[in-house]
Amino acid sequence: MSLLRGINPNLRNIRNSELAPLGMRAWQIKDELRQGARKPYKELIDVSSADPHRAGVKPLSFVRQVLAVCYYPQLAKSDKLPADVRQRAQRLLGTCAGGSAGSYCPAGGIPEIIDIVCEFISRRDDGVPSYPENIFITSGAQRAFVEILNILVNTLRSPITGVLTPCPSYPPGNMAVVMLGGAVVPYYLDEEQGWELKIDELHRALESAKGVCDPTVLYVINPGNPTGHVQSRKSIEEVIRFASEKRLFLMVDEVYQDSVFEQESRFVSYKKVLAEMGPPLSHTVEMASFHSVSKGFIGECGLRGGYVELVNVDPSVMRNLYTLMSRDASTTTGQLALDLMINPPQPGDPSYPLYNEETQYIRATWVQNVKRVLEVLNSLPGISCQPVKGGGYALPRLHLPPGAIQKAKEVGMLPDYFYCSRLLEETELCVGAGSENGQRESTYHIRLCITTSVDTMEEVLRRLTSFHIQFMKDFS
Amino acid sequence: MSQEGMNGVPHRGKVLTVDNMNPNVKRVEYAVRGPIVQRAVQIEKELKEGVKKPFTEVIKANIGDAHAMGQKPITFLRQVLALCSYPELLNDNKFPEDAKNRAQRILQACGGHSIGAYSASQGIECIRQDVSRYIEKRDGGIPSNPDNIFLSAGASDAITTMLKLQVSGEGRNRTGVMIPIPQYPLYSAALADLGGIQINYYLDEDRCWALDVTELRRAVTAARQHCNPRVLCIINPGNPTGQVQSRQCIEDVIRFAKEEHLFLMADEVYQDNVYAEGCKFHSFKKVLFEMGPEYSSTVEMASFHSTSKCYMGECGFRGGYMEVINLDPEVKAQLIKLVSVRLCPPVTGQALLDLVVNPPQPDEPSYTTFIKERTAVLAALAEKARLTEEVFNTVPGIRCNPVQGAMYTFPCITLPQKAISQAKEKGLAPDMFYCMKLLEEMGICLVPGSGFGQREGTHHFRMTILPPTEKLKIMLDKIREFHQKFTQEFS
Repeated sequence: MSLLRGINPNLRNIRNSELAPLGMRAWQIKDELRQGARKPYKELIDVSSADPHRAGVKPLSFVRQVLAVCYYPQLAKSDKLPADVRQRAQRLLGTCAGGSAGSYCPAGGIPEIIDIVCEFISRRDDGVPSYPENIFITSGAQRAFVEILNILVNTLRSPITGVLTPCPSYPPGNMAVVMLGGAVVPYYLDEEQGWELKIDELHRALESAKGVCDPTVLYVINPGNPTGHVQSRKSIEEVIRFASEKRLFLMVDEVYQDSVFEQESRFVSYKKVLAEMGPPLSHTVEMASFHSVSKGFIGECGLRGGYVELVNVDPSVMRNLYTLMSRDASTTTGQLALDLMINPPQPGDPSYPLYNEETQYIRATWVQNVKRVLEVLNSLPGISCQPVKGGGYALPRLHLPPGAIQKAKEVGMLPDYFYCSRLLEETELCVGAGSENGQRESTYHIRLCITTSVDTMEEVLRRLTSFHIQFMKDFS
Repeated sequence: MSQEGMNGVPHRGKVLTVDNMNPNVKRVEYAVRGPIVQRAVQIEKELKEGVKKPFTEVIKANIGDAHAMGQKPITFLRQVLALCSYPELLNDNKFPEDAKNRAQRILQACGGHSIGAYSASQGIECIRQDVSRYIEKRDGGIPSNPDNIFLSAGASDAITTMLKLQVSGEGRNRTGVMIPIPQYPLYSAALADLGGIQINYYLDEDRCWALDVTELRRAVTAARQHCNPRVLCIINPGNPTGQVQSRQCIEDVIRFAKEEHLFLMADEVYQDNVYAEGCKFHSFKKVLFEMGPEYSSTVEMASFHSTSKCYMGECGFRGGYMEVINLDPEVKAQLIKLVSVRLCPPVTGQALLDLVVNPPQPDEPSYTTFIKERTAVLAALAEKARLTEEVFNTVPGIRCNPVQGAMYTFPCITLPQKAISQAKEKGLAPDMFYCMKLLEEMGICLVPGSGFGQREGTHHFRMTILPPTEKLKIMLDKIREFHQKFTQEFS
């Protein structure tokens, strides 16, 4: 009889996403292929998570060259690497204690890099100022998200803290709420309108929380994950007004801010909009915005770099947050990568031509991939896809025949899991099931990463198309 | 949402205030980076701006950061990391073959052959396998299962995760966690944050900080009155005390844990940092298994290791792992779920850990240099440990136990009553008062013992032995000078 039967009860409430049977089976198939098993296709393709490098996108040369020199400064002695790479590495190492990428970072982040983050934010937001004491650099945006939630979720009160979260959402975000003992209050994004956020729906969600929990936080993801929606300025203003009116703390995940594909859609930050709405809102609405090196052109998920910017947060709360953040350092690598992301080579720098070529290529592949996904999937019966304006995924809707839904029930699987499971077994293509992200009752979706190489995407669409046509035939 | 604070003053309508925020967070403190360090950073700024002080630099001996204090990274480790970062360097013949082989192996295990891809949240599988092999080799062949290995962002990440897993219950049934006093303040901070009950057991300063099972028993018995003791944390080699536990002591602790139905957490991050004659590192797992199946098949345990200490000192890479033993499969499933919330440990840290558990072998090109560098680092630390103990014990009013291992010294300081009173008037712990004065007058940053816990009425400070030997000598002399002055001033 184990000692640990009585574990933290919140954990049981976290829905298992990564280790869902699908994920495990994908790993298994990969192993089987490696050991020479005969299968319809020679290679497993996994586009269930937005991991550009995993999906075949190359890291940016400038970023990796600078990091290599930071790790092994002897490389700066030769001139095989461009001058600006060596200079940047030198500058960055100068910000590290003892000149080493292996020393601890100061609590909250390396001050020189925090200053660069402030400059970046201000530049991005057309001059709206940003202050170093409001910035914390962390191991990925997720770490900052969890720590802020940690402060917000008060489990010693009754009713428990409620967090309004989008549906569909980013599963680790929801898991964090549950882990900390908070309640997830979903607000449904409007699929027919390209996954727009409707204020009426926010009102409804808030109403639904009455008597169940005490909603304190409004969690927004823009650009949307996994929806691909990019919020208009007007929509952002409405959300800010709503948050102010209903006294909600805004948590805004903006990690996909560099991944906007459509010319007409432009990312505008919540901070900028808030500032431009002027007082009293600009001085009172409390907010945390998150950014990360995991997405955008840089796509360095594994390096774990990100930051949070706090706005209008009570100074005593900030002091507590500082202590929380100081307990466990973030990686130096992540901080260096952050500098490299927001402060890339400029025209005239030796590395600029290659940097420009690589980023333009990546942008072109996103645009191409989105175009192809929409083209192909919207031409197939039984599957449709809203426009993808930004983000890392397409979230096509499956219009499953009743026969398929019935069969899924028989084998004890959710219908979209059933579809994904069959897809995986028959074509070695792993896509995500919409159930992981949440969706309206009786709607089913699949999730596929669009930040892949062009060739990978073509292969994905090939396998998906042939599978889908057969699947629809089998179950009609 | 209340508009008024506890003192009746309105909070100007803030949604998030110190009154309604998670109250556990208010209790979190972390002395190693606390107020004294913040003041040290301020002083450094002032020095840069040209403000005149009795010193020209601040010596930061507060944090166990070897590289910050001038220790050089191990060449092999950094070569492989550079190769992993920018694989074009694999064509550069300035890199040795064994470094290239390691890098290629690591890259092959990464998604898209890039260290920038997410890994599985438990860590890259082949690295977990390498960790298991390392543990088996270290522990004389006792088997280690890679499925029981969880890679983490430093040991701190894994320690916090295990505590998060175990803290539950209400009122008298709330989980109690036994921690050594003095302790590494991550434990108290994590418990405060989680709302777990901290159960202190005192290490015996008179016997070189030895762990006494009678004291463990006293602590757990008293604790049962008000909470549900379920976890026993051990730090070996100790932080801040440096004590290295004898094998007998470890056996006694394991027996105690079994008798009292406690989950053992063995923080072993300093396992290579053992200096004193007659002292040897014994892993808890090894001892557990050598005690036979009655213990090895029942006692539940997690051991922790890291790339931040030992001879590597790579704190900034956040590499580490834990090995869990005899964990209930259902609980393990919950643990797997829990670690997935933080996505994955930093891949560069995982890569670094792989090199630490899989270092150059005698027949490989990098071996000679690697051993030379490693030996030099550990020898320097041993010498500094000895020097520190020697010098401090010449100062009347400072009593320093031998630094058997780890990276710190935790001497006992005798403070004059007048100083204690003045400290109290200022609302400061007496050793904080002492350390603040030391900082302002000598530019030396230490951490007061009150940040780690100590017996009532005693005072200590923690100093790292990491500064280069010459600087360390200067620092020791300055502290000696300061202590004499302080004693006189307050007599």
